[in-house]
Amino acid sequence: MSDDEKAVKIPAQADGPTEQGATLTEDAAPGEVLLKVTGLQKHFPIKKGLLQRQVGAVHAVDGIDFEVRSGETLGVVGESGCGKSTMGRLITRLLEPTAGKIEFQGKDITHLGVSGMRPLRRDVQMIFQDPYSSLNPRHTIGTIVGAPFKLQGVEPEGGIKKEVQRLLSVVGLNPEHYNRYPHEFSGGQRQRIGIARALALNPRLVVADEPVSALDVSIQAQVVNLLDDLQQELGLTYVIIAHDLSVVRHVSDRIAVMYLGKIVELADRDLLYKSPMHPYTKALMSAVPIPDPRRKNAKSERILLKGDVPSPISPPSGCRFHTRCWKATEVCKTTEPPLIELRPGQQVACHHPENFADQAPQDTVLLTVAKEAAELVADEVLAESAETSAALAAEVAETASEPTASTEAEAEADEAAESAEAVEPAEPAKVEVAEPVEPVTPAKAEAAEAAVAEAAEAAGAAESAKAAKGESAESAESAASAEATDAAGSEGQESNGK
Amino acid sequence: MTELSKSGAAVGEPTPASPAPTAFLEVRDLKVHFPTDDGLVKSVDGLSFQLEKGKTLGIVGESGSGKSVTSLGIMGLHTAGQYGKRKAQISGEIWLDGTELLSADPDHVRKLRGREMAMIFQDPLSALHPYYTIGQQIVEAYRIHHDVDKKTAKRRAVEMLDRVGIPQPDKRVDSYPHEFSGGMRQRAMIAMSLVNNPELLIADEPTTALDVTVQAQILDLIRDLQKEFGSAVIVITHDLGVVAELADDILVMYGGRCVERGPADKVFYEPRHPYTWGLLGSMPRLDRDQQERLIPVKGSPPSLINIPSGCAFNPRCPYADLPKDNVTRTVRPELSEVGSRHWAACHLGAEQRERIWTEEIAPKL
Repeated sequence: MSDDEKAVKIPAQADGPTEQGATLTEDAAPGEVLLKVTGLQKHFPIKKGLLQRQVGAVHAVDGIDFEVRSGETLGVVGESGCGKSTMGRLITRLLEPTAGKIEFQGKDITHLGVSGMRPLRRDVQMIFQDPYSSLNPRHTIGTIVGAPFKLQGVEPEGGIKKEVQRLLSVVGLNPEHYNRYPHEFSGGQRQRIGIARALALNPRLVVADEPVSALDVSIQAQVVNLLDDLQQELGLTYVIIAHDLSVVRHVSDRIAVMYLGKIVELADRDLLYKSPMHPYTKALMSAVPIPDPRRKNAKSERILLKGDVPSPISPPSGCRFHTRCWKATEVCKTTEPPLIELRPGQQVACHHPENFADQAPQDTVLLTVAKEAAELVADEVLAESAETSAALAAEVAETASEPTASTEAEAEADEAAESAEAVEPAEPAKVEVAEPVEPVTPAKAEAAEAAVAEAAEAAGAAESAKAAKGESAESAESAASAEATDAAGSEGQESNGK
Repeated sequence: MTELSKSGAAVGEPTPASPAPTAFLEVRDLKVHFPTDDGLVKSVDGLSFQLEKGKTLGIVGESGSGKSVTSLGIMGLHTAGQYGKRKAQISGEIWLDGTELLSADPDHVRKLRGREMAMIFQDPLSALHPYYTIGQQIVEAYRIHHDVDKKTAKRRAVEMLDRVGIPQPDKRVDSYPHEFSGGMRQRAMIAMSLVNNPELLIADEPTTALDVTVQAQILDLIRDLQKEFGSAVIVITHDLGVVAELADDILVMYGGRCVERGPADKVFYEPRHPYTWGLLGSMPRLDRDQQERLIPVKGSPPSLINIPSGCAFNPRCPYADLPKDNVTRTVRPELSEVGSRHWAACHLGAEQRERIWTEEIAPKL
């Protein structure tokens, strides 16, 4: 029903203006890039000894790129220690980035000082996790919510008191409680006070760090609904950081999954939850306990990860997830996979993505750690994923060979539409292609293997063609497959819309 | 005694006068009250349930609904004047394997604690002693109840650490709690509580402090260990997902009382109390299509000093005005049977609730 409509609508929004580098207007229209982050890093030094020499660094955020578009909600999920809160504090510039660039409305704010940031503080506000420690117990609610006006020297129409009372009623509190102290309120009410304070200056971007995790279930729902309503009424843009995947899914348009300081997958909500591509995303989602006693013993669907998250002081080489991944091969250990858009609206950093064609099909020998990890994953899951990626590999091979043959993107429209149907993201198709004989290794049934080889060949062809044109081989390889799917995907959406 | 018979009779349990319960664990009309300067805090106010060996009971409720107080009450950890000079006031009966714990000799309960009943706490870092190694703490727990030398006890500790999935248990047994990660600490604590093969295991929010991937590991571990040891388990949590994974029976608490109790299937698919409806509606779910909007429970949980008169849930209940004569605000509803082994405490008629659930609530979830 309405779910379908949304599925169509959101990628459309994501397709918005792509000329990110161009100058943006002062008032970002819905869909325009409000915040752009490139290569953002934050390393916290570890100092030891009498001389406080630096002996190492915690790589809390280690090179992330993303955009936040006006009017959308970007959800950020990950386990504790993955750097999501640090990221939130970096984009609100409560922390100084080690490297990278943060642009807000086209303006570089990466290294702005306190006074330089002050005018921007009106536009970027934060909601904190703990409603108990984020409100000063010695100030009344009126002072707390009115503080932003005083700090910014803004005199709202009708006076600060009137405006504060209006804000209190907007977030569902009694305006007469203006003179009360925080301890007189419950957790949910305090969180509402925090929200009222964040909204005081009519910000464009609100960064909420775990806004509901300290609240009880029934109160959590109230606050989630409030955030939702405020976004609709005031046209707010949210970055919501949370560890609860069901809450994130409920509130977000797009979702970034973080692991050890990196974004491993960034995708539109529906794509991410229906067909996650990064193995970590898949494991994370399968670990969420489902409130349905009838599925109690459906243990087979769960992917158990081995051990704990490695230390961010010396993160693993290559792909950071390779120490716990059941698909890891040699290439994962040596080469870090870039975050690339494999499907419109879905960026993934993985050599062997789920629900998609293998990015490094030549590399099939599993690492020993991966074999151990695979023992924890039920055979059904492996079989299914082998099947889907085999099917997709076949399709991608098909589509990839077409554009290279007929000079890149100028693929025949109807042909593209045809293949678009096949690559249709929602249903990764259990096409009759392959019966996985050996589910554990990514080497699939013969048919699939042939398809993979074909894909490699096609990519190779593209590579040499591009090389002749004097372009870099690496970009060509990814471009060939990315463009092919891109064209196919957008065609598919159009026909879907009809 | 006259007080006790009230809810006991309504639930259809034997009256407290007949002291030989058939169930392995039976709690009858448990009340735990704490006197404070502001008044009497009625944390648990008349709770009854039974639990058989090999079964799991999930206790669900919001913070302040009395879940943890109940578990500490069963373990007998409320007495000895922990709350300043004033002691907690406990009444009711707790029968564990034919022994009544509240009236029993404290020394006897002390022998049972750890051996017959053990507990897994929410925050392993504060439940483990930072000064002793993991091994020393497990050995201590074992040697209190078993007359063995240190070497044997340590072997047993290594064995248990291995069983709960700690890598290199013979080395890690000499580590201190701070050297373990959150998930490993929780495993160590599970090892410690299971070292004496307890018949009753109480897990108070065992996974709340953990990440989802670690939570999945721990839930699996608890389930496997229960199968292996055949103990009765009480899981206390606010996460409906966790109870759905583990529990056979579910008890929903609100304001210190049980508002609904029954088999997990019934409580999730045919809930008969508006508060349970509220909990189910408040929760975004991954296994369903995206909900347009959550259906929260309005208002906030009651103060345990001034529990609303009548039904404790009436100020937040959207159906409080349906029953006649303002009965929801004056009379406290007792648990009444709404299905086989399924009880709910509500003034609305059973058919009326069934209709509201199937027509109004269930389609929106």
